[in-house]
Amino acid sequence: MAYTLFSIGDYYQIMANFATTNLGGAHVARFIGQRIIYMIITLFLIATISFVLMKLLPGSPLANADKLTEAQQEVIFEKYGLNDPIPVQYVNYLGGLVQGDLGISFKYDNRPVSDILSDRIGPSAQLGIQALIIGTVAGILLGLVSAIYHNGITDYLSTIIAVLGTSIPSFVFAGLLQFFVAVKWGILPVATWNGFEYSILPTIALAIFPMATCARFMRTEMIEVLNEDYITTARAKGLAGSAIIFKHGIRNALIPLITILGPLAVGLLTGTLVIEQIFSVPGIGEQFVTSVTSNDFPIIMGTTMFFAVVFIVMILIIDILYGLIDPRIRLSGKD
Amino acid sequence: MENRKKELDKNLFRPADRTEEQSDVIARKSTTLLQDAVRSLRKNVFFMISLFLLLVIVLMSIFAPVASDYTYKEQDLNRSLMGPRIPVLEDISFLGLDGTQTKTFNGNNVQAAEMKANLQFDNQEEFITFETVSEGDGSPNSAEVKATYDKYAAKGVEDEYFYFGTDRLGRDVWTRVWDGTRVSLLIAFAAAIIDLVIGVAYGGIAAYYGGRVDNYMMRFLEVIIGIPNLVVVILMILILDPGIWAIIIALTITGWTSMARIVRGEVLKLKGHEFVLAARTLGAPNRKIIARHLVPNVMGLIIVNTMFSIPSAIFFEAFLSFIGLGLPSPAASLGTLINDGFKTLLTTPSLLVFPAVLISVLMIVFNILGDGLRDAFDPKMRK
Amino acid sequence: MKKDNILEVNDLKVSFKTHSGEVQAVRGVSFDLKKGETLAIVGESGSGKSVTTKALMGLLPQPHGFVKEGSILFDDKDITKLKEKNMQAIRGKEMAMIFQDPMTSLNPTMKVGTQIMEGLLKHQNLGKEEAKIKAIELMNLVQIPNPESRMKQYPHQFSGGMRQRVVIAMALACNPRVLIADEPTTALDVTIQAQILELMKDIQKKVDTSIIFITHDLGVVANVADRVAVMYAGKIVEIGTVDEVFYNPKHPYTWGLLGSMPTLESDEEELFAIPGTPPDLIAPPKGDAFAARNKFALEIDFVEQPPMFKVSDTHYAATWLLHEDAPKVEPPESVKKRIESMDHSEEATR
Repeated sequence: MAYTLFSIGDYYQIMANFATTNLGGAHVARFIGQRIIYMIITLFLIATISFVLMKLLPGSPLANADKLTEAQQEVIFEKYGLNDPIPVQYVNYLGGLVQGDLGISFKYDNRPVSDILSDRIGPSAQLGIQALIIGTVAGILLGLVSAIYHNGITDYLSTIIAVLGTSIPSFVFAGLLQFFVAVKWGILPVATWNGFEYSILPTIALAIFPMATCARFMRTEMIEVLNEDYITTARAKGLAGSAIIFKHGIRNALIPLITILGPLAVGLLTGTLVIEQIFSVPGIGEQFVTSVTSNDFPIIMGTTMFFAVVFIVMILIIDILYGLIDPRIRLSGKD
Repeated sequence: MENRKKELDKNLFRPADRTEEQSDVIARKSTTLLQDAVRSLRKNVFFMISLFLLLVIVLMSIFAPVASDYTYKEQDLNRSLMGPRIPVLEDISFLGLDGTQTKTFNGNNVQAAEMKANLQFDNQEEFITFETVSEGDGSPNSAEVKATYDKYAAKGVEDEYFYFGTDRLGRDVWTRVWDGTRVSLLIAFAAAIIDLVIGVAYGGIAAYYGGRVDNYMMRFLEVIIGIPNLVVVILMILILDPGIWAIIIALTITGWTSMARIVRGEVLKLKGHEFVLAARTLGAPNRKIIARHLVPNVMGLIIVNTMFSIPSAIFFEAFLSFIGLGLPSPAASLGTLINDGFKTLLTTPSLLVFPAVLISVLMIVFNILGDGLRDAFDPKMRK
Repeated sequence: MKKDNILEVNDLKVSFKTHSGEVQAVRGVSFDLKKGETLAIVGESGSGKSVTTKALMGLLPQPHGFVKEGSILFDDKDITKLKEKNMQAIRGKEMAMIFQDPMTSLNPTMKVGTQIMEGLLKHQNLGKEEAKIKAIELMNLVQIPNPESRMKQYPHQFSGGMRQRVVIAMALACNPRVLIADEPTTALDVTIQAQILELMKDIQKKVDTSIIFITHDLGVVANVADRVAVMYAGKIVEIGTVDEVFYNPKHPYTWGLLGSMPTLESDEEELFAIPGTPPDLIAPPKGDAFAARNKFALEIDFVEQPPMFKVSDTHYAATWLLHEDAPKVEPPESVKKRIESMDHSEEATR
């Protein structure tokens, strides 16, 4: 719930529709084509809104305009293309976006936003990937144990962990970790970015939500799978419980998990905004929050645009991945 | 068998005359979906506890700021960063709610450590009590002193009780926390209700008219869903004047889509069901079909979905405040309080603890309520 | 155990725990299964026929379902008392099962060949290659064309009928002595139903196994079974050879079943429908469970449960109408006509 930008329910539903509609190989191609078209429309829409907002919002590269002469101002306006008519600016803006030009910062010596982002993507990406891997792996294990020992004490405990993990905001966890692990006990560094041990606390804080979500999802999915007719068939063959769980249960329960990976990864990106701020990690999120306070709109817009692209492409990749992994979708429909 | 046969009364072997009345008696009393749901919710201990907690929090958020001697924006730098002090509980020492601040200081010897403590605690030596933990041997930081500072006495405000202490500007945290809770809840409820209205209307209209209308409405919806929530929210906040309504509008502009999808899907499903078809064939007016058949069946889903959208809104409000796009000062919400709390985490963690605990409890409570309702309204889950 | 019996069920009672109380799904069922015969169990849905077979296989849904009383003797062992581990050795090897819905009873993400081979690898001590050869043999036996290439496909690439053949092949993998078929044709198209029935009769000749055939379709019973047990509300109300039960039915419920079966000739005569619904098995009625729906009910039906009355050595029925004090009641005319017409059509096909 907390960090999802796309509701998990929405995407799951889309994928479920996808899985049950009659799809042949051609249909899969059409589905992917359709999703790419939607992606382009969406990006175009976001870009247009951003452009309009840029024109509406206060602030210009002439932060210290009164100190400059008329001629100097003219030079800067020319440099930013602000003398062109608005439609021309719009086309230039879209053209720039396609080439990865996200505009120029008002502050930071007027550096291009794309440069600033590429400088800062490393820590953000590292945190995100570490958290996604740890979160999903731990979550899957927790969910499996929970489903297999359904209604037992383990199930009870991991359900509590899952409810806490999905409910309590990550910044609260971050505060707890920072205060106890770093300040009180001094086990790990409090903040900043100076090597792997600096990434441990932010990674854990970020990983808790995906872990809890995966655990809950995996638990329901696995319980559902274990109630399927084909599990009874497998039991009727005389297979042992462990063989049934490993050969027939886990694979079928894991496939739908792919559908929530997209929203989860997107959620992690959002999470980095807050977590990087708390742990002073020099990533994109921290830059974004700083820019919000200093009203550096090109960075805010550029980062937003960048987020939009990352989100949408990630969702697309996961959609396609799902289609490739599930044999029912891979070759034809459910009959 | 043979023996028993003889005991049987021969009169019993005449045809029974009660077939008609008996054959149609339905064995078990039937319960409606709602009755069933309420019954299973009553049995759900976690649900009932959560309901109770939510009630307490809502009541506190309404009445605590009114009953308080302070307001959320009243500043007094003279009494900044006071510790939490609660009547009665202040006498139970281990709770640490007596308004005093305790910290350990290290120095080369006891004196040096005490000096440090004095510096930290406003040089009010007379109100500091020292307890030597370790005498030290002259080597750096070998001596340890535990200093307890009675700030209430030092500032001459022994009569005052700041239940949760004060913040850097000397504002009463108790009042601010409950005020902030009320603001957060207000934003969440308002966003959830707006989502509900728009979503139900949109989804209902699309499903009701079906065909081309439905098709266009759904294509539009899919484009909206494709735009990441965060992006829209940030953009909206930037153009609107910061405040409660800006946040509500930003949250609802994408929030209604999941409700619209759910309502549409359910109505479409129900439209094809036999009982609706039957009602149609029997000539029931549309109004009646909607009121009798569609609304009661969609209701459960709507309630559950709303229950989940509230914590999501609470979280998003806090998140926006955290990244500097939330309510402007001095207004308090759980998000702004937590954001402020982080600034003094190392010196006065209590400023973070109270709002953080509250937001966590609220989120947990709403999620449990949502889970409970979903299980109760989803007949598939019921055995 | 009698010598030619392979399975003996004695007073089996199976219950389910639910929120509303204990559902007594099977309330004292006794029958035996002879070597090489096909026993059909018929009844409405909810009559306990599927639960009975699930209990035989030790596949009652856990943790809600349990055997409350009674025994199931197989090889002189009461298999209700067996540990799960020992039961696994019987399941799939000595006793196998064919399920109702071939659409859901195969694992959608596992290749068909692998699914057939699983049982072989578990019970037969075969190597992978040998198991593969045996799997191809089995697929040939159930008449799946191109078994070598079909083995590598997934279930969704098979039609419903073909999937059911796969399920049958899986069940036959280890030459089971008892084969339980739980409505194996219900979910299939009529033409496919006939093919599957033919296949099963064919296979029974070839592999000599005893079959318990669950169905609610009396037409299927006449086609495949040697003996029939009619179940109602968790009890067997009539059991006998196919001829006895079809041409000389004694229980009013059996009359109802036969009367409600449409035939080609039934143009003017009305169907004999059974009014009402089956009783609630959380609180079953005191007397005969069928009494409330029974036109021919006697006063005693509401007081006392009828015992099994013997009609012939092989034919028993649980109805007070067979008691010496009971009035002589004939089946309704429409049912009689139906029986006669069945007789004719049977002769016509011979």
